[in-house]
Amino acid sequence: MHIPDGYLSPATCAALYAGSVPFWHVALRRVKKAMNSRQVPLLSLFAAFSFVIMMFNLPLPGGTTGHATAIGLATVVIGPWAAMLAVSVALIVQALFFGDGGVTAIGANCFNMAIAGSLVAYAVYRLIAGRSALASPRRVVAAGLAGYVAINVSAFLAAVEFGIQPLLYHDATGAPLYCPYPLSIAIPAMMIGHLTVAGLAELAVSAGVVAFLQRSDLSLLRSTAGKVIDAAEPPPPLAARPLRALWAGLAALMVLTPLGILAAGSAWGEWMASDYANPAVRRQIAAASFDHAAPALPPQGLQRLSSVWTAPFARYAPPYVRGAAFGYILSAMFGAGLIVLACLMLGHFTRGAARAGPEAA
Amino acid sequence: MSGVHSRRRAGFIEHTLEGLRSAMERALYAETAASRRGLLQQLDPRVKVAGVVSLIVSVALAAKLWLIAAVIALAVVLAALSAIPLRSLAGRAWIGVLFFSGTIAAPALFLTPGTYYRGLPITVQGLRTAGYLVLRGEAATTLMLVLVYTTPWMHVLKALRIFRVPVVFVVILGMTCRYILLMLETAHEMFESRKSRTVNAMTPAEQRRLAVASSGVLLGKTLHLSGEVYLAMQARGFRGEVYLLDDFRMRRLDWLALGAFALLASVSIWAGR
Repeated sequence: MHIPDGYLSPATCAALYAGSVPFWHVALRRVKKAMNSRQVPLLSLFAAFSFVIMMFNLPLPGGTTGHATAIGLATVVIGPWAAMLAVSVALIVQALFFGDGGVTAIGANCFNMAIAGSLVAYAVYRLIAGRSALASPRRVVAAGLAGYVAINVSAFLAAVEFGIQPLLYHDATGAPLYCPYPLSIAIPAMMIGHLTVAGLAELAVSAGVVAFLQRSDLSLLRSTAGKVIDAAEPPPPLAARPLRALWAGLAALMVLTPLGILAAGSAWGEWMASDYANPAVRRQIAAASFDHAAPALPPQGLQRLSSVWTAPFARYAPPYVRGAAFGYILSAMFGAGLIVLACLMLGHFTRGAARAGPEAA
Repeated sequence: MSGVHSRRRAGFIEHTLEGLRSAMERALYAETAASRRGLLQQLDPRVKVAGVVSLIVSVALAAKLWLIAAVIALAVVLAALSAIPLRSLAGRAWIGVLFFSGTIAAPALFLTPGTYYRGLPITVQGLRTAGYLVLRGEAATTLMLVLVYTTPWMHVLKALRIFRVPVVFVVILGMTCRYILLMLETAHEMFESRKSRTVNAMTPAEQRRLAVASSGVLLGKTLHLSGEVYLAMQARGFRGEVYLLDDFRMRRLDWLALGAFALLASVSIWAGR
């Protein structure tokens, strides 16, 4: 994953340095804003932690071993921007002093792992974790998948960077000057190892450490968790929840119900007995039924049952309302009101039964 | 059976311990080598960083194998003049790079289209591209080792300011380097103590749990230490502003060396086209 010197052309390296600089700039600005906080030592120590974690050899199923980069874990604990800087610092130190990754490829390695990796890890983590409680197993799965997807996206980017080299740079004899493998070889060669060994190592470390933190220090997961459901507290009463948006949405839908008038014809199979005698409706039925003509007379059962009950708002058009649009809105208000009323009554009876239960016991 | 288990256990914990120990030794060796008397040790760190980076860039631009080999030879001469044993270069750079890049480059001998070499199933173009990969890797790694074995790490980081690296970034890099050694030692002690308490064979699942739990504990220690370091910084007057002591001074030898590096890099770029 750490691209050494000589595998990418100077132009590719320069482009990836240029691509990394805006992200570093934004991340540093955020850190500078928080300079009087704990960010500086936290970033340094987290970078040191990432460096050391990369040396842990993790035994994997199948008898092989792999090591994680801690991109997913750093993102889950300190957030994407701080993780971007911490992992970049770890990669720079590795390249400068430990010969792991090239000096000319620092920009590429940081772009692939620290920048793209952190952002992807954060998106995956938040998407999967949702608003689940901090101690929820869902967060363990989310962290594991965040690490897995992040390392694979990083590997894919590196593979693409390798794969474009032979298309662009050759010497006088036609020999590729940098990585000689085209995309058709570079992508499978990189991805097979990362989808299996390296990805699993990342998944195991990210998920395992988040599970460990859930038991040891839950507060460390709070900064990137967003709004969470606190499992320790009972859910707030219905009245206390923010229902304004729901009511506004319901009202908007009611106002928009006349849009149904714009739809041509009637829904397939929802025909009335009288429709069979109407030539225009018969043509619509035939057109909607692969040109099968409707029977000349309505089915007997339909004819008989259609007169059993006459709805007060038949076809959303009460007989005492002249405007079709107003009839739709009125029908919507009446229907929604009935449903809300039914729900309130159901809630009332349910709470009554719950109160009676313990007393009876 | 037990032999298999004990070999597995030794493989996991001891392999990790070996990696941690090797990293600590490398760091300590670099600090020791930087304090020796030699040509490069006398130079301003900014000159060395600028010179080494310009030579690495010239190697990256080169399209001639002999030129890359010439830069490696130059790096070896500089190492010899700076009291760096060639054995340490071979052990820490040449063999590793040859193995790593050689493994990656080997298929290119057969897969690169071109003229077959003396009736063998390898092509001239494959040989050349494999040569570029291996030699560039060797050149860059040797040059970087020459730099870090002749310059204290903190000076290398402070010298990055010549590339307009922000001060905050340099400070974070410096703190990271300092605490990497502490973290390596902490992780080493954790695994060492676990190894001394482990009597029975560990299954792969137990090894995984141990690795993950160790990572979690190390993370907890990291964050705890971060809080303590912050309090210490505040106690020493840290109010959010970062300064670097600019204690580098250019002398005549430094200007001469800078000119020599600039000339060599320019010639290398020109000849390597």
